[in-house]
Amino acid sequence: MWLSQVSRVSWIFGRASASRRHAVKRSTAALAALATLAAVGLAACGVGGPQFALQNVSGLLPQLKFALTNDDGQMVTAKDYRGKIVLLYFGYTHCPDACPTTLTNLSEAMKRLGPEASRVRVLFVTVDPARDTLAVLKRYVSAFGPEFVGLRGDDDALTALSKRYRIAYHREPPDRNGYYAVDHSSAVFIFDASGAARLLAGESDNPRTIAVDLHKLDAS
Amino acid sequence: MRSAPMHSILFYLAPWELSPTVILVCAASAVLYARGLGELARRGERIGFWRPFSFFLGLALDYAVLQTYYDFLAQHMFWVHRLQHLVLHHLAPVLIVLASPGRAMWAGVPFGWRAAGARLCRERRGFRWIPRFGARLFRLIQHPAIAPVIFVGLIFFWLTPAVHFGAMLNLQRYLAMNWSMGVDGLLFWWLMLAPRSLQGSAALGYASRILIVCLIAVPQILLGAYIALHSTVLFDVYGICGRAWAIAPLTDQELGGLLTWIPAAMMSGVAMLIILRRLLLEESEAQSARKAAAAIG
Repeated sequence: MWLSQVSRVSWIFGRASASRRHAVKRSTAALAALATLAAVGLAACGVGGPQFALQNVSGLLPQLKFALTNDDGQMVTAKDYRGKIVLLYFGYTHCPDACPTTLTNLSEAMKRLGPEASRVRVLFVTVDPARDTLAVLKRYVSAFGPEFVGLRGDDDALTALSKRYRIAYHREPPDRNGYYAVDHSSAVFIFDASGAARLLAGESDNPRTIAVDLHKLDAS
Repeated sequence: MRSAPMHSILFYLAPWELSPTVILVCAASAVLYARGLGELARRGERIGFWRPFSFFLGLALDYAVLQTYYDFLAQHMFWVHRLQHLVLHHLAPVLIVLASPGRAMWAGVPFGWRAAGARLCRERRGFRWIPRFGARLFRLIQHPAIAPVIFVGLIFFWLTPAVHFGAMLNLQRYLAMNWSMGVDGLLFWWLMLAPRSLQGSAALGYASRILIVCLIAVPQILLGAYIALHSTVLFDVYGICGRAWAIAPLTDQELGGLLTWIPAAMMSGVAMLIILRRLLLEESEAQSARKAAAAIG
């Protein structure tokens, strides 16, 4: 497949003088050799790296980057979490189903990790800053464990972050009691200690799977 | 999406993710074409109203689905994404090709640039291969057996669930996907719909074109039906990243499948009518030319 494409390219260049054609043939051979080497190299890397059960997103998403306020009222950026494995999740405290399910799963995964969990941080970014004040946020996330941090930002910071990780959230119209739901992404973005995006966990991934993959990520 | 209750019209018209390349290419095309129209008018050639209308409508549609809030919706709703590709791959390129804008756009290139480009390709060794390479590459991808395969193949490639997942998550792949659809749409529909007199060495008979537009409808119908009627979610990336508004995932997929299926196949019908019209027009022109020759003789 590759080889035939390379030779087709040379056909496009071709019909030059005889010496030119020889040069083209030689460079075609060189190209083919290079392609083979690259293919072998890639295959080797694929076999060598750890195999994850969660969705692998290495190279698909950009490096962790944000500037938000944590639930203690301090401005924090991604740099403050270098050296930790970071689980980034978007939700809101009034969330009836998705957030509690996911956060409970993550909390369970932290328990399974044991002392290793101290090298992990779960960042819960609220998509409902109007209702989720810092105090509300702190009370909510601390129920799930010491690794959990609530983060809050203004509209611009939140939009920038949602564009960066290609997520959407949408506020539904309020009901008679003023309650409203916010539709949001279900993804947990997992970054390694260097801040590189590595894995994606969803609502349906169980705590065991998550804990095993986090351990592999920590060990690699 | 932002949770602020109301946005100004400007917010919806502004690019969701600014792409200087898209803006530059659209602006340059519009300027070249407009300049060319003026230039041709000076030479006494009249283009009329409908061809420029068709060109600018196609260009505006391409711009609108790529550089407005629409792009956000296309990233977060499968059926809106399918509609985006229907515009990029079918509707806008057909409108642009119908205008046959090549001659006017070429006339719109400032004379000095054209002369400099020709001189560069003629005299500089490093540049000489460009026109020859370009012509060969063009003939290769516009080969009547290859062009329809690329056209249909691109649709299947980007709708392969694993490929689609990467394209919706990674910005570079997303851009590559949309560019490939837009550019291939122009190439393919130009081959199908342009008058034979404008196609030069790539000229393709009208009967072959009718055969090709019929053939490309079949895999599009099958793929669209497969997606629309599938009972499980094929593209989970929209659920993971969040949909633009609340809609059942399978309803989203059904609508997207229908858009891949019906309007895309209807485009083949429209194309066939256009090709038949070109055929009849050429036929009657040839006939009147023969009559005129007979009258003189």
